[in-house]
Amino acid sequence: MLKRAVKLLRTNISNNGGRSSSSFTYFAEKTPENRGPTEKLNMFQAINNALDLVLRTDPSSVIFGEDVGFGGVFRCSLDLQKKYGKERVFNTPLCEQGIVGFGIGLAVTGTTAIAEIQFADYMFPAFDQIVNEAAKYRYRSGNLFNCGKLTIRTPSSAIGHGGLYHSQSPESYYTHTPGLKIVIPRGALKAKGLLLACIRDEDPCIFFEPKSLYRAATDEVPVGDYECELGKADILRTGTDVTLIGWGPQVHVLLEVADLAKEKLKVNCEVIDLVSLLPWDKQTVINSIKKTGKVLIAHEAPKTSGFGGEIASTIQEECFLHLEAPVSRVTGFDTPFPHVFEPFYLPNKWRCFEAVQNLVCF
Amino acid sequence: MFAKSLRSFHLSRKLYTRHYCLAAQEPSFNRIETQYVNNLKIVEGTEQIPIYRLLDVDGELLNASEFPSIDKNLVQRFYKYMRTLKEVDKILYECQRQGRISFYMTGYGEEGVQIGSAAGLNDDDLVFPQYRETGVLLWRGFTIDQCIDQCFGNKKDAGKGKQMPIHYGSKDHHYVTVSSPLGTQLPQAVGAAYSYKMMKNKKCTIVYFGEGAASEGDAHAAFNFAATLQCPIIFFCRNNGYAISTPATEQYRGDGIAGRGSAYGIAALKVDGNDVLGVYKATRIARNYAVENNSPIIVEAMTYRRGHHSTSDDSTAYRRQEEIDQWKKLDPIVRLQNFMEKYGMWDNELQSKWVESIRKQILNSVVQSEKVKKPKWQEMFSDVYHDLPPHLQEQQQYMENHVKKYKQYYPLNDFEQS
Repeated sequence: MLKRAVKLLRTNISNNGGRSSSSFTYFAEKTPENRGPTEKLNMFQAINNALDLVLRTDPSSVIFGEDVGFGGVFRCSLDLQKKYGKERVFNTPLCEQGIVGFGIGLAVTGTTAIAEIQFADYMFPAFDQIVNEAAKYRYRSGNLFNCGKLTIRTPSSAIGHGGLYHSQSPESYYTHTPGLKIVIPRGALKAKGLLLACIRDEDPCIFFEPKSLYRAATDEVPVGDYECELGKADILRTGTDVTLIGWGPQVHVLLEVADLAKEKLKVNCEVIDLVSLLPWDKQTVINSIKKTGKVLIAHEAPKTSGFGGEIASTIQEECFLHLEAPVSRVTGFDTPFPHVFEPFYLPNKWRCFEAVQNLVCF
Repeated sequence: MFAKSLRSFHLSRKLYTRHYCLAAQEPSFNRIETQYVNNLKIVEGTEQIPIYRLLDVDGELLNASEFPSIDKNLVQRFYKYMRTLKEVDKILYECQRQGRISFYMTGYGEEGVQIGSAAGLNDDDLVFPQYRETGVLLWRGFTIDQCIDQCFGNKKDAGKGKQMPIHYGSKDHHYVTVSSPLGTQLPQAVGAAYSYKMMKNKKCTIVYFGEGAASEGDAHAAFNFAATLQCPIIFFCRNNGYAISTPATEQYRGDGIAGRGSAYGIAALKVDGNDVLGVYKATRIARNYAVENNSPIIVEAMTYRRGHHSTSDDSTAYRRQEEIDQWKKLDPIVRLQNFMEKYGMWDNELQSKWVESIRKQILNSVVQSEKVKKPKWQEMFSDVYHDLPPHLQEQQQYMENHVKKYKQYYPLNDFEQS
């Protein structure tokens, strides 16, 4: 009755209040050769698959966080509690500093600790545990103790309707912290390999999972065990005129921009997914810019103190004489992430395309 | 009786004024006088705080002396606001399902908590909400139109479209704007209460939070600050059994959130959250206690979140329908209706006409609100700071030039033109 009443309202008004559609088109990975059988998985399924593999093969591993017991709000731990029991897959009380501190303690005593923080926007209560504790455990003890067995997984970045507190890309707060590794996958296949690498890495890792990719990113994902190297960037498209650098969903925006630039400007763009932000693959970036002389860096996070600034200054140090135009950045604005203004906030393909145009015409 | 025991709690604390004293025969650590013993005893368990209620499940008044003058108008107002909240929730939930608004959170089952507590306050006591307290705002006169404009984020939204739906705020109604992070509001409310104490304005603050948010470090900070700095604040815990999917059994041990009061040196009470009269009375007493004594008090309302956590959640993935149905029998609106029928305050025909008119009003408001454009997009840059600093002026100018050039790719028609 009520549903009908509300539905009736619909007939004479435009629908301008709803959720925005995805702000990018997903470019699926090539099906890998030499990695055995694959199955079609989206990113949350690929992450679930990686977690399942770890629980199955590493008897000391545990997964915990808010609401992970029933599968997590993004379904990444779906059915894992049923499979491996409440002792190894469990809900914690609602307390991020508790989750990370608890995880450090597990890791210090040899347990593989996979912590979930429900949203990257809600990780800040754990900042002290991450920045002062996890990151410095090895250094401050002269390597007597370390918490390398800790991995923090957390959903991040824009989703179309998340507003201030379900959209942030806070990676650069953490890249400013020596001792951490910061990784952001661009899709399902990479997510599985990178997460496995993070979990097995000797240092604490933060694994940001862009939540717009959970369902939108579907790849042919190898069924077996594999790792993607941390600290290694991927060149997704080779080109000679302009280098485009991004990570997470922004990579897909840049791939589309590369197509646009080719079509409309007859320009060949080289597209690099940085993958790891700490440590990051300087050499791949430098090699590319020495070739192209022009570069655009794009990220969702605000411009000021965004990770693009770090890359830009390294490029200036290392490639000064090769640059044919100033390093260009297209980013989120220096405002909180707004709700209804999201289409104007994001570094979408048109803003990136305009920047490429400016680089070419410089 | 209830008020008296709270008073004696407060007095007994005041008596302990001695500091740590080595010379004393018996120990006194931080004003608590105790004794040395040579037979070790582990203290286990806590004294259970009983749950206060005025109406039983059938709407029978349990203690007439606790409610000496039942004001028919007040009771009818309770009903109207609880019912209004429910109708607003139903329609906006559907709006979200149809993609007209991006998100929504209902207060199903917690109408009595919201309206009863709002009524127990003075209207200018400052509210620090969590997010499931729309009823408090409605009670204070925030209109249905204002709610719906916020949910659509149109240019009439006081929050200028910046936040997700249900992140209401109103200076006129002494209601600080909702922020999604959990528990952050708690220490802030304590600071505000301290401010009020210094102003000697006889007001208190009330901070709403769930039993889940009470696990945040901020909750500990808030309790401890409020106790040591003696702040007139009501810590109002809506214990609704779930933090998204996490049941209270996995959230805390011990006697709930009120049970923590004695450890912090804070007065506490529990009330049946599905009894609006009980919540009203308990909040009123707590309010007076906080203001008269410049002291904090915890009110824990025991209730149940009958709806999903939000429109992003499907609670059947983690709880059984029978459980939800069981709580349906304890519905606070039905309980009040039963009470009203028993005590001659109910007119069936009048009520159904009224409900119909409220529904029409809400639906009409949706139609109107949906037609209103969003604020001009440049509003994105305002209110980051008091003034627009040069770097944001530059960024805005850059975006204006860009949008001019690429206007066909931006939803400009949905936004007010500058």
